[in-house]
Amino acid sequence: MDISQILANGIVLGALYACIAVGFSLVWGVLNVINMLHGSFIILGGYLTYFAWFYLGVHPVIALAPVALLLYLLGFLVQYVFINKVVTAPVLTTLTLTFGLDMILYNLMTVYFTATPRRVTLDIGSVDIAGVVMPGDRLIGMGLALLLTALLYLVMRGSSIGRAIVAVRMDRQAAALMGIRVNRIYAITFGIGALMAGAAGAVFAMVFPVTTNLTGSFLGKAFVICVIGGLGSVPGALVGGITLGIVESFAGYLLGPQHAITIGFLLMLILLVVRPTGLVGVKGYE
Amino acid sequence: MSEILRLEKVSKAFGGIRAVSNVSFGLQEGQIVALIGPNGAGKTTLVNLITGVHPVTEGKIFFGGEEVTRQRAFQAARRGLARTFQIVQPFPEMSVMENVAAGALFGGGLGSRREAEAEARRELAFVGLDRLAESPAASLTLPNRKRLELAKSLAMKPKVLLLDEVNAGLNTAEIDGALTLIRKIADRGITILIIEHLMKVVLSISERILVLHHGELIAEGEPRAVLDDERVVEAYLGAKFAARIKKEGLHA
Amino acid sequence: MMAGSRTGKVGYGVLAVWLLLLAAAPLLGDNYTVRIAITIAMFTAMALSWNFIGGFTGYPSFSTAAFFGIGCYVGAIAQRSGVPMVLAWVLATVFVSLFAAALGCIILRLKGHYFAIGSIAIVELTRLVVSSWGSLTGGGDGLNVPLLRGTPGEVGSMVLYIMLGIVLAAFVTTILVERARLGFGLRCIHQNEEAADMVGVDTTRYKIAAYTLSALFCGAVGAVYASWVGYIDPTDSFSILLTIKVPVMVLLGGPGTALGPILGAGAFVLLEEFFWANFLQWNRAILGGIIVFLIFFLPGGLLKIDYRRLLRRQSQARGEGKAVL
Repeated sequence: MDISQILANGIVLGALYACIAVGFSLVWGVLNVINMLHGSFIILGGYLTYFAWFYLGVHPVIALAPVALLLYLLGFLVQYVFINKVVTAPVLTTLTLTFGLDMILYNLMTVYFTATPRRVTLDIGSVDIAGVVMPGDRLIGMGLALLLTALLYLVMRGSSIGRAIVAVRMDRQAAALMGIRVNRIYAITFGIGALMAGAAGAVFAMVFPVTTNLTGSFLGKAFVICVIGGLGSVPGALVGGITLGIVESFAGYLLGPQHAITIGFLLMLILLVVRPTGLVGVKGYE
Repeated sequence: MSEILRLEKVSKAFGGIRAVSNVSFGLQEGQIVALIGPNGAGKTTLVNLITGVHPVTEGKIFFGGEEVTRQRAFQAARRGLARTFQIVQPFPEMSVMENVAAGALFGGGLGSRREAEAEARRELAFVGLDRLAESPAASLTLPNRKRLELAKSLAMKPKVLLLDEVNAGLNTAEIDGALTLIRKIADRGITILIIEHLMKVVLSISERILVLHHGELIAEGEPRAVLDDERVVEAYLGAKFAARIKKEGLHA
Repeated sequence: MMAGSRTGKVGYGVLAVWLLLLAAAPLLGDNYTVRIAITIAMFTAMALSWNFIGGFTGYPSFSTAAFFGIGCYVGAIAQRSGVPMVLAWVLATVFVSLFAAALGCIILRLKGHYFAIGSIAIVELTRLVVSSWGSLTGGGDGLNVPLLRGTPGEVGSMVLYIMLGIVLAAFVTTILVERARLGFGLRCIHQNEEAADMVGVDTTRYKIAAYTLSALFCGAVGAVYASWVGYIDPTDSFSILLTIKVPVMVLLGGPGTALGPILGAGAFVLLEEFFWANFLQWNRAILGGIIVFLIFFLPGGLLKIDYRRLLRRQSQARGEGKAVL
């Protein structure tokens, strides 16, 4: 395999990763909550997309919107009922709470959906650009991932909700004084985080098999990407995602697939110590 | 009287911003010196440099003849450099007594909890907080919190005490009370550097004034001379205010 | 409450009864009972260990599984190389302590979320390293440890008493630290690290000490565990579930106290055993539910509930005929 192939693989993977992480980064940056449910949200999105395709014959690109919406509602509810109560609590409390909630969601999924890997198979064939081969479904996946990420970016910058979220992120009390209903914004933000996770899962299901066993590794990747790229910004998630994709692609080629993940974690740890704010940095929502 | 604290050409840069620039001065033992200047002049940064919270970019700091430029915060505390915070920093869930005992035990270098608690009671009595010894620190009113800060600092057996806007948020009566306390502390032989905005306070207790502006020391000396200094008037006091102070006379 | 909730005479009494009860498991029950007692002892020791960094100092560490796992493997590898069992355990304990001290120098500079993530990353990294280093650790296939000699009953009893010994050591250390400057300093760091620095506490040294203590007993437990079960592999030794459960146990019992971790570990393990036995399919969801309940209704843990006030309110409400909260 030549370098351009490995690089291309990395970038395509990285785009998917960015989509996975951007919702997580948003929740962490705005609510200061580490959402341990994120991995499960992704898998749930993937499963729902698969079921829509397998049982209802709905094409995943069309199923994307309703699945994302369902996840948004789920996220909004979870935040409003549970997480809102502990937003100002110390790290241990919020982390443990989301972990406990995740255990419940995970159990529900494994019992009702089972852990069988599912994948939407779209027979699209491959594309060959200047010697670099890319399966068509992956390209579509990358395209969708980038599109979703870009949409989120536009919403954050352009809409009043987006600006309200940024305001809450910068200064919770000042935002409240300006009439922003902070609790509602928190719920909306968490909902958006779940929405992006669900959408990412839907996209992922088109390209790779999804199973509940992957919830942990998705969560882990989200962590790594946030530390690499920086919290609370879409460009940060993009930079982090693509960096991780490329790193894993090269590490996997040079050292073998299982080490790819190790290198990712090592990179994260090094960055935590050296530059915890990440490559893009926490500057406010961009 | 010997020189207890000396700064030589001390500078501090945060990224591209020079917060403190080429500051040199000395504090004589037992003096009360005021550090004044507009907001953002670098006063708190200077205190942070002296107490080891930030590392200096350039320059040297000497304490009691020893070079302490690279010391860390807890080392400064143990050497006898205590400071209070503008925004009071207690241990909220511990009692008032435990707060002060912490100062005695760690900064003051006492051997046992019992000794530390005895010392704590003495300092609490000195600042007038002994009634509230068992209350949680978080429940104190602002003036009492300031007293707690003072008691904690005193328990550390400081040779030099750096007071960072200790009167912020206090009313006139409370400020008078604070002034009395500060004089009593000076009477114990502790050198005091006080950052203040209230000229009344500055003039009533300080023997010398240092003026900081944009990180530079633009004037120092006796209060009378400093207040007359053109640069100080322009940078900080304003002509009208300076004139009024001169007219109303300076306190000894 | 002010003086860090010192263990009173009643507390010591209850503790003694509890430990004796656990120690009597081989006499009172069968091998299954002994196994549960051993599990309780293991988690109690690890909970007491975690309490140093998480309870006293307030740093949310999720490294417990890393220390436990390394303890397992160092103990196992030492034994396989011919080192006598008890020496292997000591070796594992020392190794884990040094590892934690070195790691602490780097990772304790982080705070809050970043520290939490860093500490979890350590678990993942150590697991991956152990998995990959097949020549030394047997990789994903796991490692066999020379079996302990004796009937299951004898082995069980011996392991139980050793684990209880570790619990006792951890408990005594907790009491000593609580009363010493270290305990006071850690509490200062917990409440306001910057102020602690300014007051003269050597925060770096104290934090590293707490982190090392949080690792020491886990390493010992790991090494003994490896000898007991006879076979270890990376997934079970470096389990994320374990690393999250231990802080939850301390939260359940009451962080920052000496008895809290003991109470929490005992209660949690018993609950888990009950649900595992009766609701196997849903046991994870139920554990999750316990955690959620814990966060919402027991913010200070079981020890911080003012039982007297609760009882008074109950009898008052009954007297007035109202519903009890």
